[in-house]
This record gives sequence, C-alpha cells and structure tokens, in this order.
Amino acid sequence: MALRIWASSTANALRLSSATRPHFSPLSRCFSSVLDGLKYANSHEWVKHEGPVATIGITDHAQDHLGEVVFVELPEAGGTVTKATGFGAVESVKATSDVNSPISGEIVEVNSKLSQTPGLINSSPYEDGWMIKVKPSNPSELESLMGATQYTKFCEEEDAAH
Amino acid sequence: MATRQVARAGPPLMNIVKMKGVPILQQLEVEECLLRTSSENWCIINDGTDKPNIVMGISGKPAELVEIRPVLEDKIPVIRRFTGGGTVIVDHGTIFVSFICNKDDVADVQPYPRPIMSWSSLLYSQVFQGIADFRLRENDYVFGHRKFGGNAQSITKNRWIHHTSFLWDYEARNMSYLKLPKRAPEYRLARDHLDFICPMKDYLSRSDFITRTIDAAESHFSVESTEFEAVKPPSNMKFTPTSRLLTNQELEAAGNTSI
Repeated sequence: MALRIWASSTANALRLSSATRPHFSPLSRCFSSVLDGLKYANSHEWVKHEGPVATIGITDHAQDHLGEVVFVELPEAGGTVTKATGFGAVESVKATSDVNSPISGEIVEVNSKLSQTPGLINSSPYEDGWMIKVKPSNPSELESLMGATQYTKFCEEEDAAH
Repeated sequence: MATRQVARAGPPLMNIVKMKGVPILQQLEVEECLLRTSSENWCIINDGTDKPNIVMGISGKPAELVEIRPVLEDKIPVIRRFTGGGTVIVDHGTIFVSFICNKDDVADVQPYPRPIMSWSSLLYSQVFQGIADFRLRENDYVFGHRKFGGNAQSITKNRWIHHTSFLWDYEARNMSYLKLPKRAPEYRLARDHLDFICPMKDYLSRSDFITRTIDAAESHFSVESTEFEAVKPPSNMKFTPTSRLLTNQELEAAGNTSI
C-alpha cells in the first residue's frame, strides 16, 4: 500500500512538475501531491479561485485513498452549493463517498467529461478531474480554508494517526 | 457536528436492531436516514426480506446487469440503492447486516473504502472463526474461492455505512435474472453465478450467524437492542431517501437499448 502510494504520488508529481503552471507548483513529492496556490478543505477538496470563478475538485490524497473512481454524481449548473455541504459523490471500490463544497455559491459549470471518463479524477485530480465551477457568494470563506503547507501537514497527521 | 466534550468511559455505544422479513427497499430507506440524520452507531440485521428483489448499486445500469425481459414478465422489482457496488438478487434466504458508524467511534479506521472493508473483515473473521475458511477477497466475503457475502458502502463527512447481503440460501433459478457483470473481481474467473457463489447454510444456522455477529460487535462496541419501530423515520421527517424502485418504463427503455 505504501509503495503504491509512493509510486502514484511520484507519477503525479512528475506530471505536475512538467506542466508550465508557475502559480500552481507541487509542494510535496512525498505521499500525495499538494499544489501551492490552491486552498484546501479538511474533507479533502481543493478550490482554485481565479477572478469571479472558483474551480473545485478532490485532492490527490483523496483520490489515492478512494481508489479507482468508476462513477461521479454531479449537480446541475445553475444550482447552488453551501460551504461544508455535499454537492455530489464519487463511487469507488463499492463505496459512494460524498464530495463537499469548500465554499458557497452558484454552480456555473459542471465537468461533463467525468460522466464518460470518471478516472480523470484519479489521473488528473487538480486539472482535467475538476468537478464544478462556482461563482462564490462569500469570498471570505476562502480565508478559513487551508493553504498548501497546512494541508500537507494535515494529511500527514491524518495518515500517521491510523 | 458538535465535538464530543466528555471523555468516554468505555467503548462506544452500538444500537442493534434485529428485524425479520422487512422489505429491502424499506430497510435501505431506514439505513440512509440513519446515516444522514442520526449521530449514533447502528447495527441493522434483517433476517430475510419478504420477496425477491434485484438491488443494483448507485451507478448500476439495468441494461448491462439485468435480463430485462424475464424481469418484466415475472414482475421482479429492481431497486437502485444509495451505496456503491454491484448487483444482487435478494429474497427470504438473504440475511442483511449493516453497520452505520461515526468515524470517530471507529477511530483507528480511516473513513475510506478499503480501511472500512478491512475492519469489517476482521469483525467477520471473529464470526466465522472455527467454522469456515472465511476471508475477504477483492471486497467479497468468501469461503475458499466462493462468494457468500456482497458488500457496499456509503461514506459521508463524519459517518459511514458498511452493509452486506449474506447468501444464507438462495434459489438457483433467481440467479438467471442477473447478467454476468462487466466489472467483476479477478478471482471470479468468468464463472457463472452458480459456480461463483455458495450458501452459508452449509456452515451454520441463521440464528447462530446472527448471534455470533452480535457477539463480534460486542468486542468493538457496547451494544444495546432497539426495536425496529423506534428507528423508522417519522412521517414528518424532512429526509428524502435516494434508493428507489425503477419503473417499468425505465426497464423497458433499458431493454430496448440492450437489443
């Protein structure tokens, strides 16, 4: 299990490090990848706030612990999400797992590719595996989320506790 | 959810609900309600359901999983449940055991599918100790290389359910309503249903299994019995379960796409 996590995260780290994204560089090459510049919830979702829109997905840590994602349940565009409340679910290894929104707002776009290719969440959790885009209704909610360093420590502590 | 402020003196409490012959759709509705609205731990045991039902996981497509024509002709209900996993046909020979837990009350288990599955296999190892060659094999409970229990889970932010349908006995003809699934465990080796599964009745009685399961739960929790009537959601509860019966129209449409 530890070897597989290392291999998975190394592959992810290499893939991310080869992309020219100066604002979102991998912080950690140990265990799962965490990108600098994103904000993170303690339920393992990430938010990328760019202008009026925030993109949301689940982290590399989450996808690695969930296993192969075979189905994604997403809401419709035009609906709303509430901070720390479920907006969808992923299915992996016989389980449905809730996905919670780190912030509140209106859903402006949903990643339709995930219905045909749910595995994008595993292969590209921070890029092609994004889940919804939201117009934040209360941007100050982002301030209460974790930064990359804090989230990395959070994951390490969570894994060490089990 | 409020953080518990008081240090617990002993193991966490688990409410045991024993039922018999409750319809599987009703059981699923009660389970999802408890998962989403309760803050307590539950072990639901349903000793057989009232009539044959096909139960698919959340992403199940009837065209791929079910022989539509005979199902429609024989009026077999098809349910899509709120948990993940595969398709089963359940009846009076099926014993259902479900654990609904606060993640903090099973603190050494990370709230992800594989750790929860491993935890469950440890519990059931106690149940079958000295009785059979029990193991967890690719998310199924097996005796040797034959499956006798299918598992599924749903995981929320702070709670999870792990539920199992145990084949204490089954009718061979009912298996013909199910297709060979596209996604199957490797150890199945393309065996058809009757070569892949086995009945638990060859190993122990229904009452022994239920007693041993409760005993195993007692080694992890402090257990108390609760009546089923006490856990049924009140009529004024604002909770809509997501498990549902597929309509004939949906099944017919699926039958047309699978031609």
